[in-house]
Amino acid sequence: MSDTADTDDKTRRDFLLISTCTVGAVGSALAVWPFIDSMNPAADTLALSTTEVDLGPIAEGQSITVVWQGKPVFVRHRTAAEIKDAEAVNLGDLIDPQDDKDRAQKPQWLIMVGVCTHLGCIPLGQKASESKGEFGGWFCPCHGSHYDTSGRIRKGPAPKNLPVPKYIFLTDTTILIG
Amino acid sequence: MSNKFYDNPVIKWVEYRLPIFSFIDESVGSGYPTPKNLNYWWNFGSLAGIVLAIMVATGIVLAMNYTPHVDYAFESVERIMRDVNYGWLIRYIHMNGGSMFFILVFIHMFRGLYYGSFKEPRELLWIIGVMIFLAMMATAFMGYVLPWGQMSFWGATVITNLFSAIPIIGDYIVTWLWGGFSVDNPTLNRFFSLHYLFPFVIFGLVFVHLWALHVHKSNNPAGVEIKSSEDTIPFHPYYTMKDLFGLGVFMIFFMFFVFFAPNFFGEPDNYIKADALVTPAHIVPEWYFLPFYAILRAVPDIWFISAKLGGVIAMFGATLVLMLLPWLDRSKVRSARFRPIYRQLFWVFFVDCLILGWVGANSPDAVFHGIPFLWIGQAGTVYYFAHILIIIPLVSILEKPIMPPASISAAVTADGAATKPAE
Repeated sequence: MSDTADTDDKTRRDFLLISTCTVGAVGSALAVWPFIDSMNPAADTLALSTTEVDLGPIAEGQSITVVWQGKPVFVRHRTAAEIKDAEAVNLGDLIDPQDDKDRAQKPQWLIMVGVCTHLGCIPLGQKASESKGEFGGWFCPCHGSHYDTSGRIRKGPAPKNLPVPKYIFLTDTTILIG
Repeated sequence: MSNKFYDNPVIKWVEYRLPIFSFIDESVGSGYPTPKNLNYWWNFGSLAGIVLAIMVATGIVLAMNYTPHVDYAFESVERIMRDVNYGWLIRYIHMNGGSMFFILVFIHMFRGLYYGSFKEPRELLWIIGVMIFLAMMATAFMGYVLPWGQMSFWGATVITNLFSAIPIIGDYIVTWLWGGFSVDNPTLNRFFSLHYLFPFVIFGLVFVHLWALHVHKSNNPAGVEIKSSEDTIPFHPYYTMKDLFGLGVFMIFFMFFVFFAPNFFGEPDNYIKADALVTPAHIVPEWYFLPFYAILRAVPDIWFISAKLGGVIAMFGATLVLMLLPWLDRSKVRSARFRPIYRQLFWVFFVDCLILGWVGANSPDAVFHGIPFLWIGQAGTVYYFAHILIIIPLVSILEKPIMPPASISAAVTADGAATKPAE
């Protein structure tokens, strides 16, 4: 150590102390990331992220439920009346305004994730015997959310429409979801 | 402190190196002075501690036979019930022990509210208690998922989906909690791991809770601090005996459910294996979550906050707001015995909590004699928060309390006879 004034010495020591602490703190914080990220979906979980569906056997007015990423996906072959109902709705009346054309690539095929956007229950309405709610689409029994024939939220606590997953038509009668 | 152990040479040898004997004596022995006027409402803390130990003991044995995998979890629990020696008994003790733990802790918390145990200088003691309660709720929730029945699965789905209400990052948090795109095997695995870990976190918090307790000692029904040795009796043998007697009574209650009504607190749907494609008609949480569930569902859209986010904030807020009580209640008088107005409002609050629980058990669309349950839940929720945030501060300023006794002893001696409790 030189004979320079104490203040100089202190500044150098402070610099060393602060920079060491900073590097140590940042390093420790970064070391936490692998532990956090290990709880995100693993590679094998992600690998199961697409599902192919054959639409051929689904007659008009019928619905099927397929599993995609562990979640039910509703595939509905809509009737002309249902399509007309869905298209006739005034967007201003909707809780989550969305045109029916933006929800179905081909109007007769409505494909969406069958998980209520409120708290994740599965809405009723897939089977003919089940309640379809006040708007002729789907009804969630958990907390009373009503969806219309386009899967849009119309009444109840759910904030959003039933989400439309990413899908493409491989042929006229097969789709790939995901 | 106490030289009473030092006669025995072995104890003397150990004590010199590790003063464990005096530590125990000063914590729960004859060296711990305790207010002499504690009533039976002061039994519930130690009872909760004993149930925690019972839960850990039964849980360790259950974990030896449980398989945390979606294909085997339900079957492994049924195997415990049917094939493992005394498996039925150990599981029923664990299952009902969860309910008992909450009964005891609810009574313990209401006792604190009634006698003002949360007030200065016991603010941290109270806040640590609320943290224990939060940790208990997390542990109980994850434990309920493990049998992988329908209520396990759908309860887990609904509760984890609550986090999607958080703006922007909500969906990422939910995916992270699940370790996938729905409640599935990764979720079950981590819940098992955390369900095993959390009781030890609770143990740690209980240790800190007791540490803080022993600094200023127990509050008491009179709500006045210990003034002299006249006011205290040694913890052992007086309160060890009283706690043991209470334990006997409690165990009769506990074992009645274990042996005669083991599924009283449960839901029949949880004996149906989890099915990701079928939602039960009526999802209800365990009874101890019902008041919070009612609050969750009571909140409508308010301005730019959606009903979903508002409900989640209100539900977590209902517990977190308790941490502010030491500063919201400005009355210097602790015990409700000497607070005529607060004492009545305490019971209104207690009934409000029961009503919220009753609303939580019913479907939100259901109607009670023409009144929708939703309205009752909303009224109950408004009162809950108004009681804590408005009524308690106002009453603590406006109320004229009765003069408490000068000391614990004075309350029962001639010179203190003028101040009869209003109870």
